[in-house]
Amino acid sequence: MAENNKNVLYKDLNLLKSYRDMLLIRRFEEKSGQLYGMGLIAGFCHLYIGQEAVVVALQALSKPKDSVITAYRDHGHMLACGMDANSVMAELMGRFDGPSKGKGGSMHMFSREKNFYGGHGIVGAQVPLGTGIAFAHQYNEDKGICFTYMGDGACNQGQVYEAYNMASLWKLPVLYIIENNKYSMGTSEKRHSASDALYKRGAAWNIPGKAIDGMNVIKVYEGALEAVEYVRSGKGPYVLEIHTYRYRGHSMSDPANYRTKEEVKGVKNQYDPLITLKNILIEEYKVKEERLKTIEKEIKEVVNDSAIFAQESPEPKAVELYTDIYNQDTVY
Amino acid sequence: MNRKILGREAVQEALDVSLQRDKDVILIGQGVPDATQTYGTTAGLVDKYGTDRVYEMPLSESAMAGVMLGASLVGARPVMTFARLEFFLLAIDPIINQAAKWCYMFNAQTHVPMTLRLIIGRGWGQGAQHSQSLHSWFAHIPGLKVVLPATPYDLKGLLIASIEDPNPVIFIEHRWLHYNHGHVPEGYYKTPLGIPNLIRKGDKATVVSSGYMTIESIKAVNNLNKQGIEVDLIDLRTLSPLDDTIILESVKKTGNLVVCDHASLTGGFSSEIITRVCEKSFGSLKNSPIRISLPDSPTPTTRGLANYFYPTVKHIENAVKSLLGIKTEDPFKDIKPTDKLDIPDQSFKGPF
Ligand SMILES: Cc1ncc(C[n+]2csc(CCOP(=O)(O)OP(=O)(O)O)c2C)c(N)n1
Ligand SMILES: [Mg+2]
Repeated sequence: MAENNKNVLYKDLNLLKSYRDMLLIRRFEEKSGQLYGMGLIAGFCHLYIGQEAVVVALQALSKPKDSVITAYRDHGHMLACGMDANSVMAELMGRFDGPSKGKGGSMHMFSREKNFYGGHGIVGAQVPLGTGIAFAHQYNEDKGICFTYMGDGACNQGQVYEAYNMASLWKLPVLYIIENNKYSMGTSEKRHSASDALYKRGAAWNIPGKAIDGMNVIKVYEGALEAVEYVRSGKGPYVLEIHTYRYRGHSMSDPANYRTKEEVKGVKNQYDPLITLKNILIEEYKVKEERLKTIEKEIKEVVNDSAIFAQESPEPKAVELYTDIYNQDTVY
Repeated sequence: MNRKILGREAVQEALDVSLQRDKDVILIGQGVPDATQTYGTTAGLVDKYGTDRVYEMPLSESAMAGVMLGASLVGARPVMTFARLEFFLLAIDPIINQAAKWCYMFNAQTHVPMTLRLIIGRGWGQGAQHSQSLHSWFAHIPGLKVVLPATPYDLKGLLIASIEDPNPVIFIEHRWLHYNHGHVPEGYYKTPLGIPNLIRKGDKATVVSSGYMTIESIKAVNNLNKQGIEVDLIDLRTLSPLDDTIILESVKKTGNLVVCDHASLTGGFSSEIITRVCEKSFGSLKNSPIRISLPDSPTPTTRGLANYFYPTVKHIENAVKSLLGIKTEDPFKDIKPTDKLDIPDQSFKGPF
């Protein structure tokens, strides 16, 4: 595919690749929802549908040494980091071929190879962890930066601000990304935060911040460019608040009566990140619809294959209950 | 007379009665006034008592526990709810370093009438960060009371007693108890803290149990009864304080002891029970006691492993039998990885 993409570049952002990556997340998540309904996935399952443009644009700005850490709404981040759809789906189904052998599930996956550091179920806990990863990037002088994601709800955890202080004090290469999807479970932003300008919350520690539109991949890319450059140049942390929206419930057990159907429909109809990008590709970049259909078909296959792969993957053996409780490495 | 309701309804009634009786009682927690109403345990309360007594809480567990501790010093009687015990771990400084010490350090001038409802998840993919049973940790702290109800009757009676208690109380609610039916009187009553409950009587062995394990133990004892084996079943109800008289008397009679706990084995509360029996009544033991617990592993998410993680009714039955010299088989023998055992009852379709 790559050879055909040259003319679909917005600066360094490959728009066809972005479309493909976003579509993969969208279809993967839809499939997960389906499999959940069929009883093949159980437990927690926090879908990323609606927020795809955020992680895809930011990954376009990342370099091989960089690292990523997020909370439990993590399937999109894992796919965007290049983790294999088959293995992620296997983990969702609790199978042995998942990155955590079925012991972690939806919220807890990790890939050292892809510099993806989880997958965390305790809200806000990933923020100091990401700060620590940035500390190591600085200490090792490897030029990497850490993309540390959190939700709007997570912004009320005290440890976020303890981490901000240290990050600023030591000029750590960490980009704090607030995915503001307006809700913390059933609690709207207005009901959980005294101020809605979450990006300003680093100001007291001299951390610059700004808020950007998260429903258009180009705007995310544009908005994040400066922030990433700032962090990469060694000036210290940056807070990027990205306005986005989750279409589905918080997890699968969400009665969703804290918002109206019209509200959700309104966002889907007007701001859907995939439709927005599709229109841009067709209208501004003159990409043929067929081209997009081919991508659509490809993705469908990848996702269907992942479901088949996962179903064929074995259950972990009972002995796995007692493995990996401690790391057995003696030399490091 | 013999009204039967669900565990979650029993909790709701306890909160309702407490809010009704004492205007100082306030409820706070993530989701407490919201649509999910903490699994139904706070249903209707915000409508009845208003948002100045039933509060939503930002994701700020640590500071909020401190804020509630402060409020309790000058008259509030807060009931904080944590949808999982794990989220409370962010709040342990105000409770363990502070609340638990104040009566002692400050010459009993203060009292801290806080109740901390901690809910334990199990099955349906809860996994390592949403299913831990850490009651033995809390029971280790002087100044804290630790309550572990089992029956719907005690969910209500012990919760009311916990809320009325002038000390900080950790009230641990196993999520599966919400799905359990049982007899619960209407209106106000209390189950006193500190006194275990002798649920079944027999002379062959003593089974000591707590929380959700007591529900499993009742089933096990019923099965044993059918086989002509009668045992004492003692439900601890509270771990701290704990009056062990009834346990010691029972072991004197039976000479055999099985202790069941839904927590990992090492350092668990079962060890405390067995130690007390050894220290105070060593001579009455005819056999080495047996502990039934979870393995010393974090909780797996997948059903394929969770099915072999949680001890079953059969485990309890077998433990008693083995003390009586009766041969038994591996209780996991017939369990398949795909069996739907990780749900509170077979009608459960998820999500959790
Ligand atoms: C410390 C802690 N408290 C509470 C929870 C329960 N919980 C899980 S997700 C969530 C809401 C978080 O919302 P937000 O940070 O906005 O992320 P989003 O789900 O919108 O992606 C809550 C309260 C938790 N997992 N950890
Ligand atoms: Mg949110």
